[in-house]
Amino acid sequence: MISKNMDEAKEDIRRGIKDAKAHAEALFGGKGLTDPIPTVEDKWKLLPAFLKVKGLVKQHIDSFNYFINVDLEKIIKANERVKSDVDPHFYLKYTGIRVGAPERPDQEAMNRSYTPHECRLRDLTYSANIYVDIEYVRGRQIVRRKGVPIGRMPIMLRSSHCVLTGRNEMELAKMTECPLDPGGYFVVKGVEKVILVQEQMSKNRIIVDVDRKGFVQAGVTSSTMERKSKTYVGTKHGKIYLKHNSIAEDIPIVVALKAMGMQSDKEITQLVCGQDSKYIDKFSPNLEECSKMKIFTQQQALDFIGSKVKAPKRSFAPGIRRPASEEALDILATVVLAHVEVHDNNFRPKCIYVAVMTRRVVMAMLRGDLVDDRDYVGNKRLELAGQLLSLLFEDLFKKFNSDLKMNIDKVLKKPNRTQEFDVYTQLLFHGDHITSGFVRAISSGNWSLKRFKMERAGITQVLSRLSFISALGMMTRISSQFEKTRKVSGPRALQPSQWGMLCPSDTPEGEACGLVKNLALMTHITVDDEEEPLVKLAFILGVEDVSLLTGPEVYLPDTFMVFLNGNILGITRHSKQFVAAFRRMRRAGRISEFVSIFISDHHNSVHISCDGGRICRPLIIVENGKPRVRSEHIEHLSAGKLSFDDFLQLGLIEYLDVNEESDSNIALYEREIIPESTHVEIEPFTILGAVAGLIPYPHHNQSPRNTYQCAMGKQAIGAIAYNQLNRIDTLLYLMVYPQQPMVKTKTIEMIGYDKLPAGQNATVAVMSNSGYDIEDALVLNKASLDRGYGRCQVLRKYATLLRQYPNGSYDRLADPPVHPDNPDVVQEKFEVLDKDGIASVGERIKPGQVYINKQMPTNTSSDIGANSRDPTANAYKNAPMSYKSAMEGYVDKVLMTTTDNDQTLIKALIRQTRRPELGDKFSSRHGQKGVCGIIIQQEDMPFSDLGVCPDVIMNPHGFPSRMTVGKMIELLAGKAGVLKGELQYGTAFGGSKVEDMSRILIENGFSYSGKDYVTSGVTGEPLSAYIYFGPVYYQKLKHMVMDKMHSRSRGPRAVLTRQPTEGRSRDGGLRLGEMERDCLIGYGASMLLLERLMISSDIFEIHVCEMCGLLGYAGWCQHCKSSKGMAKMQIPYACKLLFQELQSMNVIPRLQLQNVF
Amino acid sequence: MVAEKKNFKHNDVETLRSRVIVERDRVTSTASTDFPHNYPGVDLAWDFEKFKENFKIKINRLSKTEMEFDMIGVDAAIANAFRRILIAEVPTMAISNVFVMNNTSVVVDEVLAHRLGLIPILADPTKFDFKAKEETPTDLNTIVFRLTAQCKHNPKASSTETDPLKKYIHSSVYSGDLVWDPKGDQAERFKDCPIKPVYDDIVITKLRPGQEVEVEVHCEKGLGQDHAKWSPVATAAYRLMPEILINGEITGEDAVKFQSCFPEGVVDVVVENGVKKAVVVNARKDTVSREVLRHAEFENKVKLTRVRDHFIFTIESVGSIEPQDLLVQAVQVLMDKCAQVKRALQATLQSD
Repeated sequence: MISKNMDEAKEDIRRGIKDAKAHAEALFGGKGLTDPIPTVEDKWKLLPAFLKVKGLVKQHIDSFNYFINVDLEKIIKANERVKSDVDPHFYLKYTGIRVGAPERPDQEAMNRSYTPHECRLRDLTYSANIYVDIEYVRGRQIVRRKGVPIGRMPIMLRSSHCVLTGRNEMELAKMTECPLDPGGYFVVKGVEKVILVQEQMSKNRIIVDVDRKGFVQAGVTSSTMERKSKTYVGTKHGKIYLKHNSIAEDIPIVVALKAMGMQSDKEITQLVCGQDSKYIDKFSPNLEECSKMKIFTQQQALDFIGSKVKAPKRSFAPGIRRPASEEALDILATVVLAHVEVHDNNFRPKCIYVAVMTRRVVMAMLRGDLVDDRDYVGNKRLELAGQLLSLLFEDLFKKFNSDLKMNIDKVLKKPNRTQEFDVYTQLLFHGDHITSGFVRAISSGNWSLKRFKMERAGITQVLSRLSFISALGMMTRISSQFEKTRKVSGPRALQPSQWGMLCPSDTPEGEACGLVKNLALMTHITVDDEEEPLVKLAFILGVEDVSLLTGPEVYLPDTFMVFLNGNILGITRHSKQFVAAFRRMRRAGRISEFVSIFISDHHNSVHISCDGGRICRPLIIVENGKPRVRSEHIEHLSAGKLSFDDFLQLGLIEYLDVNEESDSNIALYEREIIPESTHVEIEPFTILGAVAGLIPYPHHNQSPRNTYQCAMGKQAIGAIAYNQLNRIDTLLYLMVYPQQPMVKTKTIEMIGYDKLPAGQNATVAVMSNSGYDIEDALVLNKASLDRGYGRCQVLRKYATLLRQYPNGSYDRLADPPVHPDNPDVVQEKFEVLDKDGIASVGERIKPGQVYINKQMPTNTSSDIGANSRDPTANAYKNAPMSYKSAMEGYVDKVLMTTTDNDQTLIKALIRQTRRPELGDKFSSRHGQKGVCGIIIQQEDMPFSDLGVCPDVIMNPHGFPSRMTVGKMIELLAGKAGVLKGELQYGTAFGGSKVEDMSRILIENGFSYSGKDYVTSGVTGEPLSAYIYFGPVYYQKLKHMVMDKMHSRSRGPRAVLTRQPTEGRSRDGGLRLGEMERDCLIGYGASMLLLERLMISSDIFEIHVCEMCGLLGYAGWCQHCKSSKGMAKMQIPYACKLLFQELQSMNVIPRLQLQNVF
Repeated sequence: MVAEKKNFKHNDVETLRSRVIVERDRVTSTASTDFPHNYPGVDLAWDFEKFKENFKIKINRLSKTEMEFDMIGVDAAIANAFRRILIAEVPTMAISNVFVMNNTSVVVDEVLAHRLGLIPILADPTKFDFKAKEETPTDLNTIVFRLTAQCKHNPKASSTETDPLKKYIHSSVYSGDLVWDPKGDQAERFKDCPIKPVYDDIVITKLRPGQEVEVEVHCEKGLGQDHAKWSPVATAAYRLMPEILINGEITGEDAVKFQSCFPEGVVDVVVENGVKKAVVVNARKDTVSREVLRHAEFENKVKLTRVRDHFIFTIESVGSIEPQDLLVQAVQVLMDKCAQVKRALQATLQSD
């Protein structure tokens, strides 16, 4: 009975549900109210797909590829002709340019292609020839030639021209190259150099700003191929002026507009203010001023400006000086706001541009909040290797051409030539100006461009190969142009607009804090794109040309001005539709995916951008409240049927730059999508960069801790690259047994940190032990160290060149000197040397032993007879290289090769294997660093019920003030992972949950809290507290006691002052500094003071003449010519030196002596 | 707190003396207190007869490498002394000098030597002397092994083979490749149990064609306190016997939950008169995860303690000496030490 009723009831319910469902289907499109919203699982898989096509350093490579494949041709086209002043018929025209494959520079080589690794080893530059196609006049005919080399271009690794591109792992292994190496750097003279990303204010955009005096000004940095200049429209005493460097005085804005041909005051007013009376009121004083100055016509205005123009530097033919007004017109057309081009003296666009700038100033004067934020990331542009190299190349190419022209003129000037003049021979033997220019710039980091008068230092840096992460971190680094010394917080502060673009954690501490930034994981930096098609498209989509309109029409309430890369294109009255249509075209792939368009409601304008250097990132498009990416897409992606680019092409995802991002509604998670949402994030953890991505559970840590870890992760010793054992770097730190972390993150997997790790999973007990663990010191288990924990190798390169000297003599190697009586006995100093005078590989080398027994000729300058190879003609002196270190080492590798200028190069790599010792520095991944305070025997270590004893004991006082909860969760997750036999994830804003981890612990018979019952190893009795016990990933940092330990009793002294030398490397003294001196003075310890500052330093005995007070010598005063009244006394040598230096400057210090006692 | 006291008599002398009390967030009564005059009226003077009566050793598990036994009736200090001696002071033989003739493998000389050092050697250390640093090696203090390996392409392997073990000959060098080179009368002395590494399958290094390793290694006798390679045990540790006391009865669904708070086999649920009831059947299996103390329903109903003088001792030998011999040797070491102290004491007494 009961069951039957039950069944019926169930049936009823089922029917009811069905009805409700049908009802809901009609209402909510098939979704019940309580149905879980189906979310797209694993959409993070888009991230590896992105990294596969884009890579972590794709921005560098893209930029370089663009430069080499596109920009070079543009530069050539802009400088295509070389003419001669002598022969008007002569010309040389560049018709094409091409960069070849990387090749050895020497022509006779059998196999001319080479690998980057060979360049690293042999101190070469990894570069390729630049070939140009030319067309020139020879005699009476036109000659065309293809493929004329004009210089060599350093090639970025993994760029389109690099030999490594598109190779698989096997092929890379053959070239001794690491498949995980991201590339994006150059090898110049054997050194890996990175061109850092430079952050700048965006060009050709109006930025309204308040200057130091509180005056509003709108500034534009105009940048064209020819020139860069800055134009301001600013206020002074309530009136508006135009400011420019080429004009000595500020020009009233109305005068400027009149000079550009806008003579009617009404027209000016309308174009600046529209119909708004408030604006007109604010603007009218300017009109008044202009009329007071009695400037009414264009000519009057031009005359006025012409009188203020700075004298042009370039000297035209002397005598012919143009009238000032023409000069003014020329400057207004080409220099002021250079990016707004003036064709056929049509100043209308420039007038409108100036009017718009003025309007922005007026607006900002009325409403203070309309001032732009200079630190807004959308107002920033990033300059990459390609752009910097293109600037450099154009400069070098111009210099090349002007040199060539000079040479041509020189030859053509000669009245009669034996040979017909062929410019090709000139071109071939024109020297290596371009090659050396590139090499010099990249290896020194000094970018000096004559045409922009730009002199920038520190553009390039040596790629740090301390660890894999440090190299990677360097590739994503952005350096700012701001001065480091200025104390302003704005540029250093975290900007809300950097969300997803720049890593919020990864920035250095100290002076560069916030100025040096790092790219987030999923960023792309755009390269320049064609404007033409966008202009056409905009007009097709209904933009009206602004030159045809008057002021009131332009500033109607619904009218939006359309800008393309900062230039005014026109207006539209249907901004929303226009933008939507434009975006549709982009999603359909009709225009480049990196074109951005957004509406600025403050200024009633639509901005379209296709310029280079904008930071952008991909997002999933949301339509009608549903993301376009569905589970099936992701399945196809996992199956390899779709790639990231397909997603773009299908219009499922799109790139947004910062400006467009601010104009969108982006949901963080799918569940947070609201009707207004336009996009959804691919994965929130991509807001972090590659370096911060190593931290497990960073969202549980106090934010500065993550920043500290970002700095320390770069100092961790580990594996560097798959080719680490083939490298001969100046200094190489390697860990003997690196492990991948128990608790990893998705980022770790994607960047390959699990394959090139830098650390070990240490079993950590969080407890106080022995008192040697205060102040963050760690207690290490001796048995763990015996078994290889924290063991690392330090390899150092020692290199020398066997030089050839101008007089024909050369350095040589000598075999180890033997005992004169017994040829088998070799001095200990030369024991490790082989017969060739270089240490044998594998030999144990003690401090002081010689590893390269070099000899140099005594006479390297004067001529010894060029052909005399007689060894007796030139004697040799020993110049052996001996090993200087505190610890013995092993000769790891010896390389003997030649550099590109045929000098013999010898590199010896000496290796030390070190086990951790007292004072070595360790750190977990949570900014918790500490030094080893004591090493304890295993039997003294506490042990758990299972007999496990810790590798590391960490003091719990490290936790409360640091608030690194992430570390605690890492331990818990690590412990659970160990027990379950799987790796756990600590991915930011996700990762394995604490609850799940606790459950695993309980299932395996452990306390849910991660705290274990532990027995003391010393007493054998249980500890009265439960100990937090489990694995934590610990990094060994490069700071080791052995490299820093220093003491001195007696030692070397400086030659000039006879004071002890400075610094550990010179076995220097320990300085008693000013503050210490002050202490001793304050205490009155005069004898100690005397002892420290004179007796133990540079005590010197002098003889003073009591008569004249001058210094004598050995009881004789040379001044008085007597030995009467000579006194001996002791003073610091530096003091005596001072007296003598003063004497040399005609100041006589006299000592007046008195008896004290 | 009051209720707890009443129910479990927390402070009664017997509990405090013989039990370590495992509480939710701390362990109390950790230190041993059974020495004379500690508790008024309780005579805790050490008595040999009483000790003989109480002291027990029971072996629970024994294999070539592992032994678990119960040691009942001693102070923690004694049990701990055995543990410490096992880890640090029972001598074994281990490789301590490596002479590298040739090594072109990716593993550099020092690391190779380090790896070789950690290989356990099957040799009876009692038959060798300690070798002082300045002493010359003799057949009484040194064992010599040779290791030569050269990697070549395997001519029989197919060209598409990717497994290095098949593609190359000698692609991995194992501890089994160490060849004992008997010196003096060693071959005679050890003919019953030839000296060799305990395990033959420890990877020392990997090679690729053209690479080779040729080394001679010398083993010496040493102590774990000098280097972990001489430690005869992977670890030796003990835990105290757990004890689960139930106050009253835990019945019904609570009983099942109670059971699930312990590892399998610790608590049984029996049905008595149609009511489920939790019964502790084997407290030894408990890992003392204290899970039961987390739940409010068991508050005051359960008390966890550990028996202070009941040590469940585990010896994990690395294989060179069998665990039961290890214990005997450890006892011997302790006895020798005691004898030494005794001698020294007697000497001082006599000199007075």
